[in-house]
Amino acid sequence: MPTDVEQWKDELYGTDIRAEIEHFAENGWESIPDDEQDAWFERFKWYGLYHQRAGQESYFMMRIGPPGGVLEPGQFRRIVEIADEFSRGPATNPEFGNGWLDVTTRQAIQLHWIRLEDVPEIFEQLEDVGLSTVQACGDSWRNIVGCPVAGKDKHEHVDADALATDLHDTFKENEAHSNLPRKWKVSVTGCDEGCGQGDINDLAFEPAEKEIDGESVTGYNVRVGGGLSRNEPRFARNIDVFATPEQAVEVAGGISALFRDHGDRENRYNARIKFLVDEWGPEKLRETLQEEYIDFELETAGEDLRDSYSYNAGEADGKHDHVGVHEQVDGNYYVGLNVLVGRIGVDDGYALADAAEEHGSGEVRLTQRQNIILTDVAEENVDDLRAEPVLEDYSPDPHPFQRGSIACTGTEFCSLSIVETKNRQVRYGRWLTENVTLPEGVENFHIHLSGCTASCAQPQIADVSLRGMKTRKNGEPVEALDIGLGGGLGEEPQFASWVTERVPADEVPGAIANLLENFAEARDSDEQSFREFVADRDDEELADLIEPEETNYEDPFMHNTKRTWYPYAEEDGLDESPAPARADGTPIPSDD
Amino acid sequence: MTIALRTLDDGAWISVNDSRQVSVSDVWTLSRGVFCDCEPAYVLLEGFVDVGVDGSIVTADAVGQCLDCGTRDSIDRLPIGQIVDGEFEPYGPEGVQSLVEPGR
Ligand code: HEM
Ligand code: SF4
Ligand SMILES: [Zn+2]
Repeated sequence: MPTDVEQWKDELYGTDIRAEIEHFAENGWESIPDDEQDAWFERFKWYGLYHQRAGQESYFMMRIGPPGGVLEPGQFRRIVEIADEFSRGPATNPEFGNGWLDVTTRQAIQLHWIRLEDVPEIFEQLEDVGLSTVQACGDSWRNIVGCPVAGKDKHEHVDADALATDLHDTFKENEAHSNLPRKWKVSVTGCDEGCGQGDINDLAFEPAEKEIDGESVTGYNVRVGGGLSRNEPRFARNIDVFATPEQAVEVAGGISALFRDHGDRENRYNARIKFLVDEWGPEKLRETLQEEYIDFELETAGEDLRDSYSYNAGEADGKHDHVGVHEQVDGNYYVGLNVLVGRIGVDDGYALADAAEEHGSGEVRLTQRQNIILTDVAEENVDDLRAEPVLEDYSPDPHPFQRGSIACTGTEFCSLSIVETKNRQVRYGRWLTENVTLPEGVENFHIHLSGCTASCAQPQIADVSLRGMKTRKNGEPVEALDIGLGGGLGEEPQFASWVTERVPADEVPGAIANLLENFAEARDSDEQSFREFVADRDDEELADLIEPEETNYEDPFMHNTKRTWYPYAEEDGLDESPAPARADGTPIPSDD
Repeated sequence: MTIALRTLDDGAWISVNDSRQVSVSDVWTLSRGVFCDCEPAYVLLEGFVDVGVDGSIVTADAVGQCLDCGTRDSIDRLPIGQIVDGEFEPYGPEGVQSLVEPGR
């Protein structure tokens, strides 16, 4: 039997949703019929609107997805202005205040506390500068990710930015591809460092070279079926196809159509294409693609560049992110700035937009490590940029513990979450920076914290993987984390193994401190990287090195933050919630 | 009257008549033997897979993990609430629960 979601999508989906959003916005939140809420909230996702969790009814998360994370001059400032005007909640976050934007691991921006009534105005302001929320959530082409310095980088072999933009222009608001069985995540990598993270996407284009008619052609190899969610992580699998840049859009369309027609619409938990690849194997997928969806003869895979992939590869040297000052191909510089857990307050946002315009071209790019990059900074401007006060907090040279931190949304807004994430990760980073000395030669150390197994913070590909759980401590249920080790990308990507489970959240900083101390003592030499060290040991040995313990770190979120309407509110009980609220913020009384 | 029962947002909720009633990621107390050998077993529900009714009792299929022994498994037909006069009354995760036997 088709699921409810499939039935709702059959009735109305895609661009038709826009008029309905406008209609509800005009008539107010209360105009959504009570017995149609589930259906409408599912559909709204297609336009990048996600109803926030229980206790926050009538407020929405809004996601804006610029392809490849490239925000053209003026676009970043506009998003800051929108956050300033429309993204203000009924309570303040103790770390971040009220009014901010979140940079996400898929190079998008998320705003919270958005009211439906404001959405048409926000859409207009976004469209005015060429931005959109279309398909940012929902069952179709999500934001296309890629190497965030595509077009600027010295390591580039093929122009990933051009392909990401082509794919975006072709498949956004494209009726034939707007209703897929499930989300569809696409990555384009053009460089020899692998920063597109193709391995964890549904569809990945990776740089390759192929001899065709005696000539060496640059293009892409194709992989399908990666993803991290639901305790079923998969790396994308090689389907033995090479596509020239000219063929790539057609190949992408073929695979998307194949997923549309053959993906599982009966069971949403089995719907992602990774499960179809499990079932069929890459050979059958290639065969079906060739026979049913592609008019020309597909090339077999070319020579890839995976042996040089250094991005998030855990090597002692090599590239780990885009933070810092780096020369572009044109002689200008790009300056990657660290954003703690991806969150930028509106005042800082204005200052960053000013800095980008004054010292660079005004372009701002978003990375898959929740950071931002200011591009096109002339050599003579680099020092002036570095002297800007806002760069004290958004540093091109951050402490490794802050540089390596990623955290998902968590119980602050997300229905699936088991634990508080962003504020906790900021506190972890601060404590580790103050209390732990990194072992010799360790300049990069990635700690990724996800609130649940959906893995939005990509925990399985970090040095230390943290995943939300609960445990009982002194008889009481408390927030806890599973600790995983051994994950990372590179030529041979690896998912973390969950070595120690259910560690009370207040003992995790102590556990990381002990682990690093034990690593420093037991490693073969100062050249051995943390990832190599972990790869050399089995899970039991590793578990012995973790040693969770309480320290002077204090965790204010040990209680059940899920059972609050907002974890940081003075009166945080669900029955204290001011939601749902009308557009002016006055609570709507419930009728029972 | 008919009641609309469904899981929502990838198993985050049980929705009853378009209202999000039971949330995932809570710790439920289950009697011994229904999930693992702990007495009682404190089981974190990680995701709802399905929802159904048995007479007036609303049951959920879920995936969960015991906080003490670490068993991770699926749970069939966990009673999560009751329909009384057409209204849903959630049981709440604290009370000790057994599963609804098939064919009851
Ligand atoms: C309101 C907050 C959010 C909600 C309700 C939400 C919902 C979900 C859900 C339901 C899944 C799992 C479904 C599946 O993949 O099968 C998921 C996975 C994911 N989401 Fe989110 N999400 C939220 C925030 C975020 C954020 C902040 C990011 C960061 C970019 C993000 C990016 C991702 C990623 C990368 C995955 C990983 C799963 C994969 O595709 O392999 N989401 N999200
Ligand atoms: S990982 Fe889980 S808790 Fe975190 S944002 Fe994604 S769905 Fe929510
Ligand atoms: Zn048990």
